[in-house]
Amino acid sequence: MATATTVTSAKPYNTGTIPTLAAPEPEHCPGTDSEQAGKADACEGCPNQLICASTPKGPDVDLPAIHRRMEGVRHKILVLSGKGGVGKSTFTSMLGWAFAQDTDKEVGVMDLDICGPSLPTMMGAKGEQIHMSNSGWSPVYVADNLGMMSIGFMLPNEDDAIIWRGAKKSGLIKQFLKDVDWGSLDFLVVDTPPGTSDEHLSVNQYLKDTGVDGAVLVTTPQEVALLDVRKEIDFCRKAGIKVLGLVENMSGFVCPNCSGESFIFAPTTGGGKALAADMKIPFLGSVPLDPRIGQSCDTGNSFLDEYPDSPTSKAVIKIIRQLREFIGDPVEDDEDE
Amino acid sequence: MATASDLPPSLSKIRHIVLVLSGKGGVGKSSITTQLALSLVQLGYSVGVLDIDLTGPSLPRMFGLESKKIHQSSQGWVPVYTDASKRLCVMSIGFLLKDRGDSVVWRGPKKSAMIRQFVRDVVWGELDYLLIDTPPGTSDEHISIAEQLRDANPDGAVLVTTPQAVATADVRKELSFCRKVGLDILGVVENMSGFLCPHCSECSHIFSKGGGEDLAKQYGVPFLGAVPIDPQFVLMIEEQHATASATTVGDQRPDVEGGTGFSLIEKYKECKLCPIFARITEQVVATTKDKVRQ
Repeated sequence: MATATTVTSAKPYNTGTIPTLAAPEPEHCPGTDSEQAGKADACEGCPNQLICASTPKGPDVDLPAIHRRMEGVRHKILVLSGKGGVGKSTFTSMLGWAFAQDTDKEVGVMDLDICGPSLPTMMGAKGEQIHMSNSGWSPVYVADNLGMMSIGFMLPNEDDAIIWRGAKKSGLIKQFLKDVDWGSLDFLVVDTPPGTSDEHLSVNQYLKDTGVDGAVLVTTPQEVALLDVRKEIDFCRKAGIKVLGLVENMSGFVCPNCSGESFIFAPTTGGGKALAADMKIPFLGSVPLDPRIGQSCDTGNSFLDEYPDSPTSKAVIKIIRQLREFIGDPVEDDEDE
Repeated sequence: MATASDLPPSLSKIRHIVLVLSGKGGVGKSSITTQLALSLVQLGYSVGVLDIDLTGPSLPRMFGLESKKIHQSSQGWVPVYTDASKRLCVMSIGFLLKDRGDSVVWRGPKKSAMIRQFVRDVVWGELDYLLIDTPPGTSDEHISIAEQLRDANPDGAVLVTTPQAVATADVRKELSFCRKVGLDILGVVENMSGFLCPHCSECSHIFSKGGGEDLAKQYGVPFLGAVPIDPQFVLMIEEQHATASATTVGDQRPDVEGGTGFSLIEKYKECKLCPIFARITEQVVATTKDKVRQ
């Protein structure tokens, strides 16, 4: 009989190629898992030098384990932005709910935002805990065919900050991929934090050889957002991640009182559509702002189920249909309700 | 007790250091930092703004300085001044990028090294206020800036949130971070707090309401104010670029902001948010006045 152990605290990954460090890395640290670890000029005088120098280098010993876990996952989609607060997690949760509407499909949602994990709240799984069995960590199921994983489930106190440097965050991401018993999945949707840093580099590094369908980029219409998304597209190109398309979120607001349309985030430089054309990536569509989305996210309910007639829901469903075409798993017409 | 020699020399002539933090992305940290800076300048203070968001630097665009580059002097990097009066200067990695679309794909240690340079190797000179804009989260950048400022005795942090629970949840974590590193909390600003429809003037709470004020009450920290969404503010920021691109390179005058005569400091006075920010800034000034760093 499998024994279940509750994982109550998030610990850094201590074996394999990320060594346990005696002290925080120095400023010009080449990276504890890099070829230069322990040997670069910056390593002189670092208390970790011997540890890093003696740790075996070469191919990451954990990649085969990650490959094994990912073998049963048919489609992997990253949700990226570069800019914070554009709706990555909201869109990820909608993708999760929408994919899971077909009860024959198995769906997983992975939250890589370690500092600000929003997905447990958005998907109505706040306060849930992860259980460990002989086959690994069990995802938290929010529906029979929809499981999720987030550091949000591992915090003893949800108000506590996770003040981790990049290497430690990468270690946890590795555990999410290596130790979680996802089983067979049709879709794995991966939510990311804003930026182009450790989390993004690491998830790409770990998943690259297992085949990622690509990334959906989310933006809002204004130039300060597009500027960050340009950088994210540049990152995808450098990292060899296929860009499935761009979604423009919070695209216009319809006043519930007078139905007048306004722009909260003015698309002074042409918005997402112009950026997509400029960067030669598919434009998946625009999603208008609906004040009820915030409420659904806060209460953990599926906005698409609660308000299917909202222009937002219709826009999102259309985008998801397009996305499924792109990844070679088109929606069958009898799946639509 | 920090001795005078532990204080980085670059910070020695700065009277007040204020961080703008959130935890949550997209709540308007950069917008709030920009408006705080403009309001402080309007009150007669000299202000420096440091942007430590290395992967998504927004401040050059906010201040209409995107085309500017940093100059090296014998004492270090010279920050970019918004105009000849030198009341307001900015430092950001945005000024170091060859192309605005270039990504900065760095792991933690390299980001920490950059932040160290931004604190120690910039010729900030004499300033009344140094505002530090941060990226979302509680990671390398935040740990690094806390370490770099440890001997500089910063006045504290202004926390920015939007009203809804998924935002305040992350800001709680940032509050926890502040407490752990011993950073005083000057107060909470609730941004994007309501939108006035330009057609019918009905106020819609697009991102819910009240979360910021509740958070401040719960943690016993000052609530500095609620700032509504004002699309005119974004348009004003963007107008800087429309005017700049209409001016050819040969006509640019280094003594006039952006070389086009558009003064953000003056233009901001016409913005609806300006009086709201004046009140927030007055509270920040009152709280920091008693904190003497030197």
